Amino acid sequence: MRRLPRNFIPILAVICVAACAVVFVDFGGTVASASAEGPPIPLPEFTEYKIPDNDFSEQITKETGSSLKREYLDLGALVVGILLASLFALVIRSRRGLLLLAVVSLAWLGFWREGCVCAIGAIQNVTLAVANPDYAIPAVVLAFFTIPLISTLLFGRTFCAAVCPLGAIQELVALRPVKVPKWLDHALGLFAYVYLGLAVALAATGTAFLICRYDPFVAFFRRTGDTNMLIFGGCFLLLGVFVARPYCRYLCPYGALLGILSKLSWRHLKIPPTDCINCRLCEDSCPYGAIDEPTVDQSLDKRPQARRRLVCLLLLLPPLIGGGALLGIMCEKPLGQLDPTICLAEEVRADIAKQEAAADDTTADVDVPEEEITDTLDAFRTTGPTVEKLFEQAAEKSNMLRTAGGWLGAWIGLVLGIKLIHLSIRRKRTDYQPVRANCVSCGRCFWYCPNETDIQRLVPIQTADTNTTREEQ
Amino acid sequence: MANSQDKFDRRAFVANVARCASVLGIGGTAAWAALKDHTPESLRESNETRWQIDPDKCTACGNCETHCVLDLSAVKAMQFFKMCGYCDVCTGYFPTSGYELDSGAENELCPTGAVIRNHIENKAGVRYFEYTIDEPRCVGCGKCVEGCALMNGSLYLQIRHDRCVNCNECAIEAACPAQAIRRVPADDPYLLKKTARDILGKGSEDA
Repeated sequence: MRRLPRNFIPILAVICVAACAVVFVDFGGTVASASAEGPPIPLPEFTEYKIPDNDFSEQITKETGSSLKREYLDLGALVVGILLASLFALVIRSRRGLLLLAVVSLAWLGFWREGCVCAIGAIQNVTLAVANPDYAIPAVVLAFFTIPLISTLLFGRTFCAAVCPLGAIQELVALRPVKVPKWLDHALGLFAYVYLGLAVALAATGTAFLICRYDPFVAFFRRTGDTNMLIFGGCFLLLGVFVARPYCRYLCPYGALLGILSKLSWRHLKIPPTDCINCRLCEDSCPYGAIDEPTVDQSLDKRPQARRRLVCLLLLLPPLIGGGALLGIMCEKPLGQLDPTICLAEEVRADIAKQEAAADDTTADVDVPEEEITDTLDAFRTTGPTVEKLFEQAAEKSNMLRTAGGWLGAWIGLVLGIKLIHLSIRRKRTDYQPVRANCVSCGRCFWYCPNETDIQRLVPIQTADTNTTREEQ
Repeated sequence: MANSQDKFDRRAFVANVARCASVLGIGGTAAWAALKDHTPESLRESNETRWQIDPDKCTACGNCETHCVLDLSAVKAMQFFKMCGYCDVCTGYFPTSGYELDSGAENELCPTGAVIRNHIENKAGVRYFEYTIDEPRCVGCGKCVEGCALMNGSLYLQIRHDRCVNCNECAIEAACPAQAIRRVPADDPYLLKKTARDILGKGSEDA
């Protein structure tokens, strides 16, 4: 509420007196009722006019019913979409089918349903429901969270390929993808896990829904939104032309979860439809750097060194987790900046300190200058709880954030440690394989495989060509 | 050969154990999220929520107008007629100074002229006017609400759910200085002031 003009009080007084004096109800009764419950100016009695009702109930039931039906329809679309994507990626091996499906789900889950409900954001709803008994999670949201996880455990990240609208929009703009150097790819990939941890920590404490707040594409899906987010999303799309799927690879917290599960998937997309002939043609086909080449045998004299390194990294894991937890606990202050209650408490504390200083200093103006009273402070004074209660709430929130920060730090330490260990473990590979954690089953590599072109007759004059290529190999 | 077969089996076994653990993990998290402190019966449509402004906490700061993700905010002013004094000099309609008692545009507090003033009747020398909100014109700035709060406070802001897109994180909730916006059950998504509930005899809703 903005500050009222100086001449306001007399005007209010005049209005009040005039209103009270003119109204024909007896004076004492009015004042009594005003001070007790009812509004200051009583409801007049009209001769003909009927006072309208404020009943929204009819409108409410109509609209909730339709939106619920629509949400179950979305759920059906999700299941069908995932099944179709898995079919296209694993069985039919059709990149065209996947692209078409991506367009359809972008139109449906993206532009028509405006990006909500979304599996990525559902992480926070699930976290909040687990952490906070007051929040009951809608069944549809829970299903949106679990179904892609289960499907990934079965078929790999086919959800990312063509069903997730955020993935679909990036898949469609990835026109001139460049290869990101491996070291950079690995390093940036860690951000997704950090973001996941941060989002979970903030959702569990009820501080903020970070993923939704910084969803780069939802403003496009709604065709309206915060200017900064539109610019942010535009930058992501522009970047996505050259660095394929930047959000999915380096930020998406749900992608991080799916990546872990995809490693364990029951079936997964294969690059060659039959046996790999090691022709190396698919090597550069993947814009996501998700193809592992066959390994070169390690020379024997390097093995002890590699083993020592692994032992060192394993020993490093507990200190990383512990150190991360300690650092995380110290991050209570910056995390608290995101929490409205803690911010308000700080503001009130600063205000009280200022007032006390002003009261001590008798020469200064005792009043707090008007322009320094913010909306927040004003709202707190008019409708908020008592100062003690606020400080109590803020302290409780601070405690929660300290714990959450500790867990977050430990998680980041764990992620770092596991990444290092993972990088130092060598797996023997004799052919080209998708990196299961990073492969989003987009199907780009299909066309590069000569076996595929043989089977699907994609290249009409393939016999002579591929034979020579094979002989050269 | 036998050795490599053994190794393969071990890896497959570990993978299977991890798969089972993942399934249990996903299922467990889902079940916990769904059932924690709730009966299975409540795990249905009633869990749907919408965002709503608690009019008792709202200070009509004007953030609703500008922070909503929609071009034209989902928030609109509402009139709870049974709290209205039907005043001639309405502080929600006229500014606090420099106005004349007619509905000329220069006399209106509302920047879009969305508050409609209709004469009802004269009684004992007092003129009574009905004030309604012309919703298509209302931008949710809350100026009338701020003005009305000086008297009866019958005007209040609400998120209209025929307009609200129900974001997972409400942008005005994050910007609300009074923390007046919260999730409410979808089957009863409008909130009234306590006084209004008393008038209707609805008693106290959930705190």
